[in-house]
Amino acid sequence: MSSGDIDVDYVAKLARLKLAPGEAEKFGTQLGALLQYVDQLANLPVADVAATAQVIPQSNVYRDDVARPSLDRETVLAGAPRREGPYFRVPRILGEPS
Amino acid sequence: MIDATATEIARAVNAREISALELAEAAHVRILERDGAIGAYLSETYELSRIAAQRVDDAVKAGTSLPLAGVPLAIKDNMCVAGTTTTCASKILEHWVSPYTGTAVQRLLDAGALPLGKTNMDEFAMGSSCENSALGRTVNPYDLTRVPGGSSGGSVAAVAAGEATVALGSDTGGSIREPAAFCNVVGFKPTYGRVSRYGLIAFASSLDQIGPITQTVEDAALVYDLMAGKDPMDATTVDRALEPTHTALREDLRGVRIGIVKEFALSALEPSVRAVYERAYADLEKLGAELVEVELPTAEYGVATYYLIAPAECSSNLARFDGMRYGLRVEGADIGETYEATRAAGFGDEVKRRILIGTYALSSGYYDAYYVRAQKARTLIAADFARAFATCDAIACPAAATPAFAFNAKTDPVSMYLMDYYTIPMSLAGLPSLSVPCGWSAPTGGLSPMPLGLELSGPLFAEASLLGIAHAYEQSTRHARTVALPAIPHVAAGAPA
Repeated sequence: MSSGDIDVDYVAKLARLKLAPGEAEKFGTQLGALLQYVDQLANLPVADVAATAQVIPQSNVYRDDVARPSLDRETVLAGAPRREGPYFRVPRILGEPS
Repeated sequence: MIDATATEIARAVNAREISALELAEAAHVRILERDGAIGAYLSETYELSRIAAQRVDDAVKAGTSLPLAGVPLAIKDNMCVAGTTTTCASKILEHWVSPYTGTAVQRLLDAGALPLGKTNMDEFAMGSSCENSALGRTVNPYDLTRVPGGSSGGSVAAVAAGEATVALGSDTGGSIREPAAFCNVVGFKPTYGRVSRYGLIAFASSLDQIGPITQTVEDAALVYDLMAGKDPMDATTVDRALEPTHTALREDLRGVRIGIVKEFALSALEPSVRAVYERAYADLEKLGAELVEVELPTAEYGVATYYLIAPAECSSNLARFDGMRYGLRVEGADIGETYEATRAAGFGDEVKRRILIGTYALSSGYYDAYYVRAQKARTLIAADFARAFATCDAIACPAAATPAFAFNAKTDPVSMYLMDYYTIPMSLAGLPSLSVPCGWSAPTGGLSPMPLGLELSGPLFAEASLLGIAHAYEQSTRHARTVALPAIPHVAAGAPA
């Protein structure tokens, strides 16, 4: 692994973040320094080591599939940026521009 | 009474020596007097605290004893309390009102605590100084020119300044322990999976844990016992018997083996700080503990490991902030532009940095080299601790390498990340870990003496043993009380600090 040059514009696009002018350079330098720091992990012999996703002895947790009351619709919609009746109002996702 | 511990307050309210309503009023007055200068709170919930107090007083009159009767409680602003704004100190959630109350908070309210308000933090809990808040500035009550630590900076400042008796914080890589050390209070991160995260806005789901911030270890044990345990609303809570910690507190350390980490050499610290930790280790020995050297050869890789895993999880968790169902929306020409503009306007620089690094570490071509390698390093770090705990009951080390620093002292991100050098390895291993006041840095050049914290960590699920050890150390040393809180100037709330 190598810190290399991080393509900040491409990563920002993946992350759905619009960068302001100058931010790609600023974040690029800072992320480059961090990647250089984390490169030390290359010193660890991990070839035969299992990956840890979480640390406690816990596997799948199931519950009975029983319907139960959920949050009140009005209370939830009160936090929405835009709503229309009992729905969230969101921009068009498919097809021609809205 | 407002400066008493939670244990003392609950006893007095249950004995009807003072009413919960009087405590709600006293806490409100205290916040008005001090928070203009300290900035611990982002919002006060005075009405809620009065309603809760009335309920407590009614219950006590009816003969019910409540374990936290009338105890003033501050809540980090990444925890949902129905009807309150829960902002994560971010512009993207600045006006969002929680539709429900999280489990940990609810359990404390059921026990009689009074919700005073929501406290400042680094945005989305990403930071070690509270300087990354987009919504407020919190200062260290022991020196107003210094940071309180972070990310739970508002919660520790509230308890340190007497603006709350107990506070809740969340700890992902040290966000309870480092600020607790900076502000002369006890901060306890339980074992991963012990306390429900239902209602805690997620940052890094394999690491986040809620814990108490208190004046004493006894209070931390009291609050932890009430919060901990399986919750059907959080599948990551463990279904495992809880050992009561509050009744396991002890007065000496005879028969206890404390591990001192070979790789955390105190010689790396500034001399006056080093002297404090040397004395702390000696004090543990004086209490009867046997000090044993333990090796954690991979602990030095903790920060590097953490800064791949935590950002990776953050980039995934924070994808939900897209301007559709809650929080800020900035309209663009189409849905893609709306996402991008909303997130650009709503997130601050540190959050953007972490989303970018996490997205990069998870992206095609880099996933194995960065993310999976970090997950493997995590296995090695956890295994080192497991080996160490075969020869000791708890590990002692500094909670941070320095006392609280000045505002704007750490301008490059990596130097800020290194503030969590001593707390991150325990987080990666999921261990219970706490910071307890252990002394004061020697003031130089007219500066104030600043508090330091001793970090004590135990094996998975060993909360009772760990809190017992911390209590014995705290009761025999009482460092928290050796320097008085400086006078806090009255500044009108909302005025620039």
